[in-house]
Amino acid sequence: MTSLAEEPAVVDRRSSSHAFAEFLARFRELGIVLALVIVVGAATLDNHLFLSAANIQQILAGSAIIALLAIGETIVIITRNVDLSIGSILGISAYATGVLYVHHPNVALPVVFLLAFAIGAVCGAMNGLIVTVARVPSLVVTLGTLYIIRGIDGAWAGGNQVNASMLPDSFNKIGYATVLGIPYLGWIAIIAVALATYAMRSFRTARDFYAIGSDPAAARLAGIPVGSRVFLAFVLSGAIAGVTGALWLSLYASVDAIAGVGYEFQVIAAVVVGGVAIFGGSGTVLGAALGALLLYTINTALVVVNVSSFWSMALSGALLLAAIAFDRLIALRLAPAMRTRRTARG
Amino acid sequence: MADLAERETTDDTEATPRWRRRLGSLLRWETMLVLLLLATIAYGASVSPYFLEWTNLFFIGLNVGEIAIIALPLTLIIITGEIDLSVASMLGLTGLCMAELFDHGWPIWPAMIAAVLLGGVLGAFNGLLVTRIGLPSLAVTIGTLTLYRGIAQGVLPTDTISGFPQGLASIGVIPIPHTHISYSVLFFLVLAVVFGIVLHATPLGRAIFAIGANQEAAFYSGIRVRRIKFWLFVLSGLMCGFAGVLWTLRFASARYDSGIGLELFVVTVVLLGGVSIFGGRGTIVGVVLAVAVLGCLQTAMTADVIPAQDQNIVVGGLLLASVIVPNSREMYGRARTRLRSVGARRHAAVAAREEGS
Repeated sequence: MTSLAEEPAVVDRRSSSHAFAEFLARFRELGIVLALVIVVGAATLDNHLFLSAANIQQILAGSAIIALLAIGETIVIITRNVDLSIGSILGISAYATGVLYVHHPNVALPVVFLLAFAIGAVCGAMNGLIVTVARVPSLVVTLGTLYIIRGIDGAWAGGNQVNASMLPDSFNKIGYATVLGIPYLGWIAIIAVALATYAMRSFRTARDFYAIGSDPAAARLAGIPVGSRVFLAFVLSGAIAGVTGALWLSLYASVDAIAGVGYEFQVIAAVVVGGVAIFGGSGTVLGAALGALLLYTINTALVVVNVSSFWSMALSGALLLAAIAFDRLIALRLAPAMRTRRTARG
Repeated sequence: MADLAERETTDDTEATPRWRRRLGSLLRWETMLVLLLLATIAYGASVSPYFLEWTNLFFIGLNVGEIAIIALPLTLIIITGEIDLSVASMLGLTGLCMAELFDHGWPIWPAMIAAVLLGGVLGAFNGLLVTRIGLPSLAVTIGTLTLYRGIAQGVLPTDTISGFPQGLASIGVIPIPHTHISYSVLFFLVLAVVFGIVLHATPLGRAIFAIGANQEAAFYSGIRVRRIKFWLFVLSGLMCGFAGVLWTLRFASARYDSGIGLELFVVTVVLLGGVSIFGGRGTIVGVVLAVAVLGCLQTAMTADVIPAQDQNIVVGGLLLASVIVPNSREMYGRARTRLRSVGARRHAAVAAREEGS
């Protein structure tokens, strides 16, 4: 499925059997867009203000945060690992950014983002080191660091809060300003997804991620430095979560010790809904970002159609389960077709 | 346990030095746990003069009772090589179910039974997705962790239900008459004996180890892998339901976020107890000792006025340590072979240079 989704060349010379598999492989992005249209349409019928510029901007800015986190999580999941600590990394980086502004109100923007990046990268490196050196399942490691990082954040922040009045306007502007009607955050996410999509298709290192996720043992035998690649994946995921923490602060303009609690589950749901295989080795950043957009849009739509927003958590869990079950059933259906095609080719 | 005894006898026949054998048995995981437990008790006694009093035993037990009960089925699940991360959400949702039913006029006992049964249903859903559709339990239980907690939040977003019958709700404040043991610990000890016998002395227990050691080999030797795994997930759900009832009665209230984040403690207890995260290895004795360690540690830290989030750092660190330490010998081995190969290459290079000159 990966190779099909990844090779545009196949599209040109597709036969009928190719077309079917191709359709299923492309189905995910298409399906998400279709689902988005349905959700937006239904919500707009219920309340025409759903398609107002202000609401669309709010959705784009909010889903940008999830989409950015989803890029890092996608990379980690493609290597057949999982990073549960991103919510905590986002939280501690957001709080650090706030504290930096409280103590040095005139600090330059690049310094702020460099700090956020560094905090995230250090946390990610910690995860990556333990996973690769001790060869412990990433699930357990990141479950531990999820609570460790959150605990450090809580001990540091205590009951304190940094709010909008303590932040300079140049920083807050990132959260609310727009260019061509699209919020800054939306642009940042679009550019990041475009860059990541290109990198994941073309860079050798990124192709190694797919190889490791498809079959770690085979990747090792093929001479891929599995350890350092997995380490890199965790550092990237952490660094992205760190930078997203600073952006999160610019959007919500206030931060305390519980910023970003539970984000990891929303992000994993978005990634899996976006067609990234939970077994690793397959999936695209674009799909994950679209998954994030869909999830956030549904959550906003729930409020519009007067379903309590308290159901949003149940919804992301249900979507996650539906997505992995769907993927599995499609894979089971597709397996015989793939096999016959391979023999026909060979 | 049996094979450990055998290993010790074979050790005797080999010509290993006596001190080395002694060191080996000292380094057994359970021995380390006992030492850790003694250290924790010493720490507790140093921060509070009341730590060593009998009444404290009750509070220690009270703190870990539910965690301990959930840890038993999770031990079996992890030994088969799977994981259940949804335990805390099942505890929360079943506790809420009991409270809601009671609030809607059900008598308390049927409400409690319904909560336990709901736990079984939730566990069966996990088990179906894992064994019938063939999904990885990690992904499934991350999904149901979110789903079950989300349902609880949707059903009871902001309120708290309380007002349970005084007689039952008092199990959270009084120990069993004439003892210093809390009710939850009594249930845990009885269940631990049952689980210990099943795991270490029955064909079912051996099948569970076999699945964890090599699932395919177990399947081809006639073990019903999927059926056993399915019923283990159901069992986990039932136990979470039972713990949910105890939890709700202990706090005499139910909220949607009851027991949120408890999976950290449960997984920590199981892995600290020496159960291998890769499956195939572990003992109930180890888990019982780990429960004692965690209980003493929590109570001691609370006596030391360490806030909850700092305690989470310690428990998270304990979790990491308990998966890294068993791997440390392999890590050392890998590092040594790598150093050796680097050294050999350097030797070869030096030799080649000398030859050339």
